[in-house]
Amino acid sequence: MHDSAPAVPPPDPAQGPPALQAAPPPSPLPSPSPLPSLPPLPPIVELDGLTVSLGGRAVLRDLRAALGGRCIGLLGPNGAGKTTLLHTLLGFFPPSAGTARVFGRDIRTDTAAIRAQMGYMPESDSFIAGMSGIRFVRLMAELSGLPAAAALERAHEAMFYVGLGEARYRPVESYSLGMKQLAKLAQALAHGPRLLFLDEPTNGLDPPARRRMLELIRNVRDGGEARVILSSHLLRDVEECCDEVLVLKAGRVAVYANLEAERRANRRLLELEVRAADGAPAAAAFAELAATAGCDAALGTRQRLKLVLPDGVDARDMFRLAAGAALQIRRLDYKRDSLEDIFLKAMEGDADGGV
Amino acid sequence: MAVFERTYRRFDGALSTRRRRFLVVPRYALTAVMQSRAFVMFYLLCFLPPFVGLVLIYLRHNVAALQLLNLPLDRLRNTLPIGAGFFERGLEIQGFLAFLVAVVVAPALIAPDLRNNGLALYLSRPFSRAEYLLGKLSVLALLLSAITWVPGALLFLLQGYLEGAGWLVEQGRVLGALFAGSWALILSLSLLALAVSAWVKWKPVARIVLLILYFVTSGLGRLMEMALGTWWSELLSLRLVIETAWTGLFGLAPRTAMPAWAAWVALVAGSLACLGLLARRVRAYEVVR
Repeated sequence: MHDSAPAVPPPDPAQGPPALQAAPPPSPLPSPSPLPSLPPLPPIVELDGLTVSLGGRAVLRDLRAALGGRCIGLLGPNGAGKTTLLHTLLGFFPPSAGTARVFGRDIRTDTAAIRAQMGYMPESDSFIAGMSGIRFVRLMAELSGLPAAAALERAHEAMFYVGLGEARYRPVESYSLGMKQLAKLAQALAHGPRLLFLDEPTNGLDPPARRRMLELIRNVRDGGEARVILSSHLLRDVEECCDEVLVLKAGRVAVYANLEAERRANRRLLELEVRAADGAPAAAAFAELAATAGCDAALGTRQRLKLVLPDGVDARDMFRLAAGAALQIRRLDYKRDSLEDIFLKAMEGDADGGV
Repeated sequence: MAVFERTYRRFDGALSTRRRRFLVVPRYALTAVMQSRAFVMFYLLCFLPPFVGLVLIYLRHNVAALQLLNLPLDRLRNTLPIGAGFFERGLEIQGFLAFLVAVVVAPALIAPDLRNNGLALYLSRPFSRAEYLLGKLSVLALLLSAITWVPGALLFLLQGYLEGAGWLVEQGRVLGALFAGSWALILSLSLLALAVSAWVKWKPVARIVLLILYFVTSGLGRLMEMALGTWWSELLSLRLVIETAWTGLFGLAPRTAMPAWAAWVALVAGSLACLGLLARRVRAYEVVR
């Protein structure tokens, strides 16, 4: 077999759509892309009292959750057990108690069937030496069960998909760190898995490479063909890509939260600074006005007013109310960085929480 | 349209059968091994001794050729009988060459995977540790078979064809000894080479360790035997152990004090130890206690 097959096979109308199709160009801004409201998906991973001990030490303790998002972030400080959880789901480490199910299959008994549906991008620098990028990805696809010809075709497509098309014939050892990260993503995608495990995918990447990586992850997520579990210690990465987050602390579930629901709730939470025409604080007066519009109001520190908007009321209504009472809204903030709040709360509180 | 602007789609075609998936590993590994021109040259040289054997067998049965070369037929027959000794000596020569092939190939098969964390990539797929080892082992088995029992068996059949059916029946044990002896060498050598490579994780160091294991232990075994006067020390030497096992298989007079059963026990125990070492090392991730 040669590795010099056409990089982009000509489309065959009789065979349906090609494996990787044209997509809109990546957006230049790395802002969190809001997910459209979709019906809840069935859980992909169910943790059922999962406990894992390594070297005589319990690394994961009695984890219980049903992860059902399209892109699930695994968060936690170093040593919280994020990577161990991924490795256990992959069957690298046996559970010492409890179990977990991936797509309804038990990790204790169905490891091969589970792995057949997974793509894994490890955190560490991992590659097969002495091979070109395309050969490396093709080998990985063949080991996942693709026939040689299909593996070669998908390897070419995966390398182009991640942006390594021009470098695909270079030895993997000669790749830069960012290129190696992309090659790892390509090998995780090449066999067309239903579930992707990405362990710290932006490690060591410069800002443009990081943006590109996150764009790819969002693209996979939005395509709906594969669901993603993204392990990272970078809140920003998780916030930009994930709709659910599982926060681990000392091997326990600290929080399992739906970020989309949090974001929607946050859009109803405002923080205002209101002054009268003469510049005097008028938060209390505006609180009474806001209450007439159905808002829950609370006075915060430094004369800031916190409001929870009811359905059908938005920020513009607040400006109208203030203008009607000759008050000035000098500052209006939507509550932001909700993930950071969730994470910090999880780190402060006891484990086994939920939002 | 730029080709990199693409979107992800699942693969929904037919998959290969699980039982034959380990064959992917030797296919890729053999291609990589054969990319080295120096290795290919060396590997071709490994066929020189069987070729010399072929010429000798041919000459022995070709009176016209012997007369042409002015070689006396009777003298040749007496000085070079084709029998168990001939094939055992051939296997010794090929065994040494097989060792050199293993020294070159085995570390390249496994050490880079461990050094570059490649095992996590292999084992995150529907592909087990046993299949991984079987795949790597089959590369060595294929390369070493081609220079040990395959040419030996071909020479044996040629000699049988030229000598007649009576010789074949009389020397039938030699064919079995060739096959069993070669596989004993192939398995023990391959497991040792893979285990050492997995242990040191660095190709050059693995090669040096293998050479030390072969040459230094041979000399040490002999020295200790002379000093202590016991055959136990010969068990240290892979070469002496395998040669003792062979002489037993071929039904030849032993050249060492070590009994054949002890050699077989040592081979089996050594191979099991190497398997145990591989089972410890060939993991996606090591747990540091």
